[in-house]
Parts: sequence; structure tokens; C-alpha cells
Amino acid sequence: MTKTDNPNWSPFGFETRMIHAGTPPEPVTGARQTPIFQNISYVFYDADHAASLYNLQTFGFLYSRLSNPTVAALEERIASLEAGRGATCCASGHAAQMLAFFAFMEPGDAFISSTRLYGGSITQFGKTFKKFDWHCHFVDFDEPENVRKALTPKCKAIFCESLANPGGVVTDLEAIAGIAEEAGVLLIVDNTMATPYLCRPFEWGAGLSIHSTTKFLSGNGTSLGGCVVDSGTFDWAKNDKFGGLTKPEPAYHGLTFYETFGDLAFTTHAHAVGLRDLGATMAPMNAFQTLLGIETLSLRIERHCQNAQKVAEFLDAHDLVDWVSYAGLKSSPYHALAKKYLSGGFGSVFTFGVKGGYQMGMKVVENCELCSHLANVGDTRTLILHPASTTHRQLTDEQALAAGAGPDVVRVSVGLETLDDITADLDQALKTAAEQTKKAAE
Amino acid sequence: MSDGLNYSDGHLRGILHAVRSIAMVGASPYWNRPSYFAMKYLQIKGYRVIPINPRAAGEEILGETCYAALAEAPGNIDMVDLFRDSEAAGAVMDEAIALKDAKGIRVVWMQLGIRNDEAAARGEAAGLTVVMDRCPKIEYGRLHAELSWGGFNSRIISSKRRRAQIL
Repeated sequence: MTKTDNPNWSPFGFETRMIHAGTPPEPVTGARQTPIFQNISYVFYDADHAASLYNLQTFGFLYSRLSNPTVAALEERIASLEAGRGATCCASGHAAQMLAFFAFMEPGDAFISSTRLYGGSITQFGKTFKKFDWHCHFVDFDEPENVRKALTPKCKAIFCESLANPGGVVTDLEAIAGIAEEAGVLLIVDNTMATPYLCRPFEWGAGLSIHSTTKFLSGNGTSLGGCVVDSGTFDWAKNDKFGGLTKPEPAYHGLTFYETFGDLAFTTHAHAVGLRDLGATMAPMNAFQTLLGIETLSLRIERHCQNAQKVAEFLDAHDLVDWVSYAGLKSSPYHALAKKYLSGGFGSVFTFGVKGGYQMGMKVVENCELCSHLANVGDTRTLILHPASTTHRQLTDEQALAAGAGPDVVRVSVGLETLDDITADLDQALKTAAEQTKKAAE
Repeated sequence: MSDGLNYSDGHLRGILHAVRSIAMVGASPYWNRPSYFAMKYLQIKGYRVIPINPRAAGEEILGETCYAALAEAPGNIDMVDLFRDSEAAGAVMDEAIALKDAKGIRVVWMQLGIRNDEAAARGEAAGLTVVMDRCPKIEYGRLHAELSWGGFNSRIISSKRRRAQIL
């Protein structure tokens, strides 16, 4: 979809929207920064007003599990950055995935997912979703035809990450969107690693996008959160796959969301049914922290990407490093896709393979003094992790390999510290780890 | 809405502020129908909404008597809000044009998903303001920052302090 035929496109620039979208001055007090509405409930004018709110006949706040003014400001801001119709924030990225599928999946339904996912998503889709009788078929998206072959009559959606965690892999969104369109199924793109600054999935045909706002959007490693953004352009009534939105909703006295709310249907449903009944609500304080984070998103991502490019080049030339998987390297098989789908950089989370396998991978991470050994990405601090022994340890060896988390793999989320300090720390950690591994072998 | 129809915020705001009485053609007496939602909301915002629907003629919808046709509606009608399909919009437009002076009709607004370019051209030639494929409830909410409460993209960027609204 081009800018001009997207009704949600704004004439204001990205940086203006990341500071202003969703947050005009608070009208009662004039407060210029968004207040933290740390309250549960909202007073009704009268019984008729209460009834209108409960029936979704008027806009307004009822109870903070469903919606809250501070959270709503963040929702509008993220929707604006991706030129979507609306957004639903929730407690975490995992909650966002749950909310997205909950709107239309029924027991027995299926979806197709890329094998290259955050390890926690592989477990959520492959194991936990099974308890709802939702079936995820994992395939390698590098060959889009694999996706077409995996389509079944029960398939309702296709899921992938634009820039995949743990590292360096870019999905051919346009090709995958074409397959989804032909099959009449929804394309859901997790845009966490790229952020709306580098990639706008709706421009390539995604129907929904997902974020763990915990990462680059909040930016400082302070606040858990998730978000589902609705493009507003997916026709839920194009076939009978999406009854959750096109058939009378029993949990709302037979209200039909798509007919009643049109392109507002998904986001209305995600609040009024999804958050109401799943309860995975974002806390207002977290929404506030994330709003603050987004105000500097473009500046941070530019520097994250610059630092990551240099760190990747440094590691690529390092004697103790076997390979580097970073889409910014010309040698990367994903470099061309990255140039097509990412604007302004190649992300800052990537993987590299150490010479010496599992033990060496663990030792490198343990010997870092500046880079923090922890499970997270998208912090101002440089973070480092050995996925095989941590985030991806619930997976089989085969799954871990397919996800890009083999025994020799180290993941790094390059932060905003002085570049030379980051490379010096990695250099000393690699050398110390090599010595320790050598000694242990003797 | 990716239809090439381009109504500026100022234009829509002007219509919504000038209009006071609305004839809603295709208004439903059932609480869970889209027209009922729009009628209820517009009433809350202070508009008088007169329901027009031959199948519910004589019934009361949200405190207002429903009439079979536009011509039967009492008093002035500033705007006709159309909850019919695109094809039916033609006949309603011709009715609105015929009643324009008698009823003071100035605007014919076709709901989200409804578009009839020929009807619109006839209406505009007769001096009516025509809006297609939009919902006055959604546009009112969007322009008054209420749509934003639901997490929606209003596309409005402003550093001006709004007057706090009482309902």
C-alpha cells in the first residue's frame, strides 16, 4: 500500500508523530506532558451514560482493565507511527500475540509461523496455544513457497517477524503478504526488532503488527508492554474464516463487531472482549515510560544501528569469531531484503558464531564486563546472551538450529555506549574465553 | 476508506457544527444494529435525530417517532444521514433534492461503506453538500479527541489546549 491510498497516513513526519501523536495537551489542566492516570474506574454521568458505555455506543472510559487514558495515548501514538487505524496495548509482547490470535481463532484452527522467532514465541505458539486447540505449523520462510505449501483449510493466519530475533534475518514481507492475500488469510508481522522507525509492515501488506514495547519502544529496559496494531484495511468479511469479528458475538449480546464498527472493529474487539476477558492489561505507568521512550526513538535507533554496524564489522574481522549474521553486512544473504524493507539502518540485535562451540559461547558471555549478561534486547545498554543455554533452551536441538540459536551462537543487542568501549569489552571477553576453554581442554 | 474521497477535517467539522437536526434514513429499532449506535451517540452530542424507516413507521426509536419517508418527517432537517446500500442512495438523494427547500436540507451524508457518485453529483448540482463513505459518529469522535480514547489513530496533531467538554 502506498502512502497516498492509506487513509491512516499522516502528512506529519515520523519524528513529529513520535513526540506528538496521541498526546495533545490534557484539556482539563493544560498539562503538556501526558498525565499518568493511575486509577481504575471512571464516574458515569448517569445510568444512561453507563448503559451507553457498556453497550459500546459511545466513546469513553469504563474500567482500566479495558482502557485507560495514558494507555490510550500510547496506543494512538504507536498506531500513528505505523499508519494503522488503531492499536491495543497490553501487558507484554506475549500478551499481544495472545490478543491478536484470540480475536479470530477457534478450537481446531491453525496458523503458519516462521521458524525464525524469539524462542519464547516458539514455545507459546507450539506448546501453550495447543491447550486451546490452536495449531501452529512452523516453516522456513526463506523460501516463500514453503508457506504456500503449508496452507490448510483451517489456516487463518501467517505470522513472522520483520527483522527476526535472535538475529540478522529479514523476512520477504511482500512475497509472504501475496501468499496470505491469495489464500484469504491474515498476515501478522512482529515488528519489535525493526521498530516502526525502520519498518512499517502495513506498507507491505500486513493486516496486523505486533510489538513487544518492552524493547526499543520503551528503550531503557524499565517497562514491560505489548501492542497489537490494526491496519484497518483487512477485510474480515472476505470469507468465513473470521467469525470472531463477523458473526454475532455471544459475549456482547449478539453484537457483530465488523458490521457495527467497520475498520474500528478489531481494536474495539481487542479492548472490549480481549482485554476485558483475558485481563492482560498494560499498567498506566508502563504506558507513560513507553511514551517517553518513543519521544527519542529515531535518535536512539539511528545510533543503535550505527554502533551495531561497527560492532558487526569488528566481530566479522575477529580471529575467534567464525561468522556474523547481521543484515547490515554486505556478505549477509539478507542484505538485499534488509535494504528493501528497512529504512535507515539494519537493527542492533544480531548473532555471531564463536569458534569453539557451546562452552566457548557460554564463556564469552560470562567474561563480559561492560555488556550485560541478561535476557532482553533493545536497551540503551549493550546486552549479551548465549541463546542455546538460556532463551532457546526449551527447544529441541533441531528447533534451536532452525531458529538461529545453535550451540556456538551468541546474541548481542548493541547499546548506545561509546563504540570503542563495546568492541574492547567483546574483544577481551573473546580472548579470555579462548584461554579458559583452552586450559579446560588441557 | 482508501477510496480517493478526501474530506478535510475543517470541512467535516464545519458540517458537524452547523447541523442540528438529522433525518436518519434506515434507522433500526434494534439496539445492536449499527444505525442504533450512531443515533444514540449523535443524540448524546445534542443532535435531534429523526428515524426514517418504512418497516418501523409509527414505532418509537430512542424516544423519537419513526416515519416511513423523509417527506413525513416533521420540522426542519439540516442533514440526511443514509444507512442504506449504495444503490438505494440514488432514490434517497432524489427525495432529498425534491424536499431541499421545504425541509431546509443542506447536507446528505452517506454512511461508511456507502458510495454513489452519480447521486452525489446530482446532489451537489442541486446545491447540497455531500459526504460519502464516512460515519458522522466516528468523525465527530475523531475531531473531538474521543476516538483517541479507544486507541485509534485520529491523525490529529495539535499543541493547542482544547476547551474541556461537558458531555
